[in-house]
Amino acid sequence: MGSIKRISKELTELTESPPEGITVELADESNVYEWKVIMEGPESSPYYNGKFLVKLSLPTEYPFKPPTVSFATKIYHPNVTNDEKGSMCLGMLRADEWKPSSKIAAVLQFARQLLSEPMPDDAVEGRIAEQYKNDRGRYEEVAREWTRKHAC
Amino acid sequence: MDSDDDFMSDVSSQDDFLGTQGSEDESLGEDFDDLDAGFSDDKDLIKHKKKPYEVEFKVLDPPDIEREQVGQVNEVCAVLGLPPESVAILLRFGRWKKEKLIESYMEHPEETLEEAGLGSNFEGTAKTERVPGFMCDICCEDGDDLETYAMRCGHRFCVDCYRHYLGQKIKEEGEAARIQCPGDGCNRIVDYKSLDLLVTKELQGRYRELLTRTYVDDKENLKWCPAPNCQYAIDCGVKNRDLRRIVPTVRCFCKHEFCFGCSLNDHQPAPCKLVKMWLQKCEDDSETANWISANTKECTKCNSTIEKNGGCNHMTCRKCKYEFCWMCMGLWSEHGTSWYNCNRYEEKSGADARSAQAKSRSSLERYLHYYNRYANHEQSAKLDKDLYLKTEKKMTSLQSQSGLSWIEVQFLDTASQALQQCRQTLKWTYAFAFYLARNNLTEIFEDNQKDLEMAVESLSEMFEKPVAELAELKVDILDKTAYCNKRRVILLSDTAENLKNATTFCVRGVLEILRILHVSSFDEGFSFAQSISTTFDPLTMKCKGFPWETGGHSAETEPIYADQMSLVRGLQSHRGSACPGQKSRVLFSASSPRLKRDLNLS
Repeated sequence: MGSIKRISKELTELTESPPEGITVELADESNVYEWKVIMEGPESSPYYNGKFLVKLSLPTEYPFKPPTVSFATKIYHPNVTNDEKGSMCLGMLRADEWKPSSKIAAVLQFARQLLSEPMPDDAVEGRIAEQYKNDRGRYEEVAREWTRKHAC
Repeated sequence: MDSDDDFMSDVSSQDDFLGTQGSEDESLGEDFDDLDAGFSDDKDLIKHKKKPYEVEFKVLDPPDIEREQVGQVNEVCAVLGLPPESVAILLRFGRWKKEKLIESYMEHPEETLEEAGLGSNFEGTAKTERVPGFMCDICCEDGDDLETYAMRCGHRFCVDCYRHYLGQKIKEEGEAARIQCPGDGCNRIVDYKSLDLLVTKELQGRYRELLTRTYVDDKENLKWCPAPNCQYAIDCGVKNRDLRRIVPTVRCFCKHEFCFGCSLNDHQPAPCKLVKMWLQKCEDDSETANWISANTKECTKCNSTIEKNGGCNHMTCRKCKYEFCWMCMGLWSEHGTSWYNCNRYEEKSGADARSAQAKSRSSLERYLHYYNRYANHEQSAKLDKDLYLKTEKKMTSLQSQSGLSWIEVQFLDTASQALQQCRQTLKWTYAFAFYLARNNLTEIFEDNQKDLEMAVESLSEMFEKPVAELAELKVDILDKTAYCNKRRVILLSDTAENLKNATTFCVRGVLEILRILHVSSFDEGFSFAQSISTTFDPLTMKCKGFPWETGGHSAETEPIYADQMSLVRGLQSHRGSACPGQKSRVLFSASSPRLKRDLNLS
């Protein structure tokens, strides 16, 4: 499989020089397609001090098909579904936007970026997006509260 | 046979009529002769004079469409001096609007190229290479003997990965015109030369197919034939904005006849917009309409539909709280103490209310009148399919019984086809008539409709006779078939000509349409009025071309005018809200979504 070589290379790079606030490992040493990512809440965000477990799954067709990213830790965020799946909708992960030369590091960095700068116009949780836009204070309060409860 | 004789005499007079029509056609025909040349491929269409309801069109097969694309690419290549594979991308980006594209390129060449997904570098030819020290960014394989490829953007990947990427885009995602370079963030579009170099013959074919599909979708003058498994496309110059005047029925090589405007089956003579409204209306109304008609009355104040499901005659409308008597529909306050015994028949408010009631009832009856006839012909058209099969059997058995040859029994097949076609037309005349205001033209239209209907019914009757009698009836059937076809041509020609003159066919006033559609569809009625008549003025909500605007009032136009005015007032005052009421229940039927909507019930 050509993809194994690519995946191991990306994994090595990410473990050797991890991007800020992100650590990665395989969920199960024998399976390179399921990754466990610990994402630290960025300092400028209400998620600060939280450690979020993010699951990254690679399809067997990777890198020709995009990976999927989901939050295993509950998080109060307009772009993450508020259910047991915690799915995240990233533009660059849509099949028609994904390029085979895009890197997982970029995906993770983008996801973390989204924690400090949510995109309420592409929200999956409309109610949270509404609050983010109209009552920022309350949103930050709840997000901080959830972070304390679920991610610390 | 008396009646037949009558018909025959009719035919001869119609011949005269057609004769004069024909001479007009000839002068028209000359202008179109050159364009008509496209028809000569079609054996079915022996050179004939174009009738007013026919439109120019051409049937294209996939190779034709590909040739067209190549032709346009070459043309633009010559002007811009760019390589053809790049021009193809440019043209697809600009949806094949050549002039606009050339203009935009001349003004801002770099921006245009960038937006289209092309760089300004046109150097070099498409070829795969081995590059020492190369590592593929996709699969991370390296090796000096790795075959690699890069487009002019310079993003280089190994040929295997490139191939895999293209294959997935084409086969799984059905993408062709907008496949980008696999490089992260690069928006260069993959050109056909690169593609041909990298993928298999089979994929190249699929790629071309997809490109042809987008080509047809992009061009306003092209449409695929909607028949299942049909591979032809139709080229027709009728624009969207013309659709209120022209009903562009086209006929594909596969024999499917459809409307170029909306891709529905042939619906002449009714224009697309009306057809859409009619189908929507039928979907909303047909099942509930009968029941409503039999069991309900409308509140005389707010027109809510009310079903009385018990109790006394003192009704309070749930919506507008209007109190009235169910028996006479008059104001309850005028009833005094005679609660259960309505003796107020002569009172004025009751009489007014009943006339309003009658009016609204009659509008429903009016709809049902047209709907029943429409549905009848639709049903008959379905039966015609069976009829067609029966015809074949009839022809074989007639052949064996009468000793006629196969050619000689073809008259039954011709008759069967005429029947189907005429019924199809008749069906839509009823939908069309529903939306017409009463005037001279409508009467002429209805006369034409009646003539065609009578002819069709009598042909249909002959056609169903026992096989033994058919041989004898051959001449009659032939005559009647010809007559039916003639009547159809006359009806369609007349209607098409009148449609082309914007204001001659007076579609029932916009407000009448609103009433038919109910008030919730105000926007639809409004935009429809705008589309159907260029003279519709949104400020005054009147059509300037309507008689009273140009020629002042006359006895003839007065009723239409009054009708419209009362509808304006009705519209203005029609603003009620739902409230609970005693012993009356605003009806809502789960099966009619529109009714629910109109009654503000969710």
